[in-house]
Amino acid sequence: MSEAQASAGKDYGSQFRGEVSDEILVTVKDLKMHFPITEGVLIPRKVAEVKAVDGLDFYIRRGETLGLVGESGCGKTTTGRCILRLEDPTGGQIIYDGKDICQLNGKEMIDIRRKVQVIFQDPFSSLNPRMKIGDIIGEPLRVHGIITDEAKRRERIGYLLGRCGLHPDFADRYPHEMSGGQRQRVGIARALAMEPEFIICDEAVSALDVSIQAQVINLLEELREEFNLTYLFISHDLSVVRHICHRVAVMYLGHMVELADCDELFDHPLHPYSQALLNAVPIPDPELEKTREHQIIKGEIPSPINPPSGCVFHPRCPLAVDSCKKNIPDFREVRKGHWVACTEV
Amino acid sequence: MGALLEIDNLQTHFHTSGGTVKAVDGVSYDVNAGETVAVVGESGSGKSVTALSILRLIPKPPGEIVGGEIRFQGKNLAFCSEDEIRSIRGKDISMIFQEPMTSLNPVLSIGMQLTEPMLAHMDMSEADARERAVKLLEMVGINEPRRRVDQFPHHLSGGMRQRVMIAMSLACEPKLIIADEPTTALDVTIQAQILELMKNLTRDLGVAMIIITHNLGVVARYADRVNVMYAGRIVETGTATDIYHRPRHPYTLALLKSVPRMDRPRQEKLDPVDGQPPDLTRLDGGCSFRPRCKFAVAKCAESYPPLEQMGDLHFSACFRSKEELAEIEL
Repeated sequence: MSEAQASAGKDYGSQFRGEVSDEILVTVKDLKMHFPITEGVLIPRKVAEVKAVDGLDFYIRRGETLGLVGESGCGKTTTGRCILRLEDPTGGQIIYDGKDICQLNGKEMIDIRRKVQVIFQDPFSSLNPRMKIGDIIGEPLRVHGIITDEAKRRERIGYLLGRCGLHPDFADRYPHEMSGGQRQRVGIARALAMEPEFIICDEAVSALDVSIQAQVINLLEELREEFNLTYLFISHDLSVVRHICHRVAVMYLGHMVELADCDELFDHPLHPYSQALLNAVPIPDPELEKTREHQIIKGEIPSPINPPSGCVFHPRCPLAVDSCKKNIPDFREVRKGHWVACTEV
Repeated sequence: MGALLEIDNLQTHFHTSGGTVKAVDGVSYDVNAGETVAVVGESGSGKSVTALSILRLIPKPPGEIVGGEIRFQGKNLAFCSEDEIRSIRGKDISMIFQEPMTSLNPVLSIGMQLTEPMLAHMDMSEADARERAVKLLEMVGINEPRRRVDQFPHHLSGGMRQRVMIAMSLACEPKLIIADEPTTALDVTIQAQILELMKNLTRDLGVAMIIITHNLGVVARYADRVNVMYAGRIVETGTATDIYHRPRHPYTLALLKSVPRMDRPRQEKLDPVDGQPPDLTRLDGGCSFRPRCKFAVAKCAESYPPLEQMGDLHFSACFRSKEELAEIEL
């Protein structure tokens, strides 16, 4: 499927966002991540499963930013963690640069871990409070034995800090001496230290104030161009995703419901969930807001322990018909590069 | 008749080992009966501290209301006795907090928490209060209210808990509800549900509301008036249309321009506000936005600009509002 997607999605229609090569860097095939729920202390037995991710298929091209959007509990973070192999998937394949990373042993993973980095959401809990900034950024360089010479390492740390918009003197400070925006820049500098190819940004700007958020978004974009990076940009903030991504995937309850080029998705969302999600985003324009029709989606997200039968969205869906309760919709291509999991569109 | 709530030159400071933090430094605004007023600002701007000061929820020490007045129906809440404020808190003025996960008591049933303010403030029997609790749950759109009333917070989702918080805030028929980031912790589709619910309820019941938020989009639809705060002061105030379409303060303008917008063509680069918010222990006498401001001139360092009238209800605290910024239309 991914090859068909690749050839179809050549028309990116994404001005401002730089060139994207046709080479596919990451392919995810039928990824499943089920977490067991156990009972019993001494002899735990599995009583149920949380189907956090339940059959995902997508790919990421080299140099591209793929947005992964959805509400809490839809499995977007779990997907990111699986690609980092912080979780061992229950099923499916994650092919990074031709290698299935689920099959690699520890030694082979070291090489991948150098190339794949992550930026976390919370700049307050993702930096060790007892380590100096310089040590936080330098740790991967030391561990992987990239730069063993102390002085050279300091020089590199200084360069990384500078590149992320911080003064090199910050190397001798502790995280508590810095603001949220500054800490997030440290998180970015740490991710860049290994000269990675691929960075997973898991809600990387969500915790920041609006005026600081824009600074960090611009920095991420500059770095992508400068270092030829590929991003998986996980976020619930649709206006940020629209700004930064080439293509966007919408997730709901462990499934992908829609995937398209960014402009295509935001201008012509097809899946009723994507439409509701886009419609729910408030717009800072009082006149427009007062006249705009709000189609508020009813109900709450069901539990992933016991997801609805058939299409997982059917209990909340305005288009649902009887067959939606039974049949799981195929993820099909309705337009060039535009994939949707719904039978009624 | 005067306004329902008048805040006049409120100053709330925190005495810390690093010096005095002037979290709120001379804030004045009014709320009329039945009106929705938004207070917008980033973390540390003093928007929540102002709200907590109204209900005297500032922990002392280190915090202290050092000056100004908060007049609610003629009574000065800033310096009234503890008994007097207790008779108002939860009755005439109630509060909705940001985190529905932490602001409900996990070991008390929904019903107990809902009836508590009614039993404290209204002359009600337990049975009547319970009946009213069921009605309130129904009003905020919780299905099977009679079953839910005996459940505990952990049985409910985040959106449902926030609905319970709203029901609690309405329990004693308040005149004013203070909502501190009521939807920040919620998903977008749930956020839309909750905002719509709050708008309908406050309109139908004629309750005034102060919504505190950092998200400019959230309040555009709902606020009659908007106050923009920066470093402990209101820098601009006006109707929603004034603020969103004719901002006259450089901070408001910068804030509006720094967010990517769904309704506009995409820009190549975002236009961020450079620099960091100021350290509130080290404010000098000049304008606190000056170091980040594109319009700053020498005069800005000399004194703090007063709020000057720009239009009917529109005020801006900037020396340049009537010069460089006077023609801006967004």
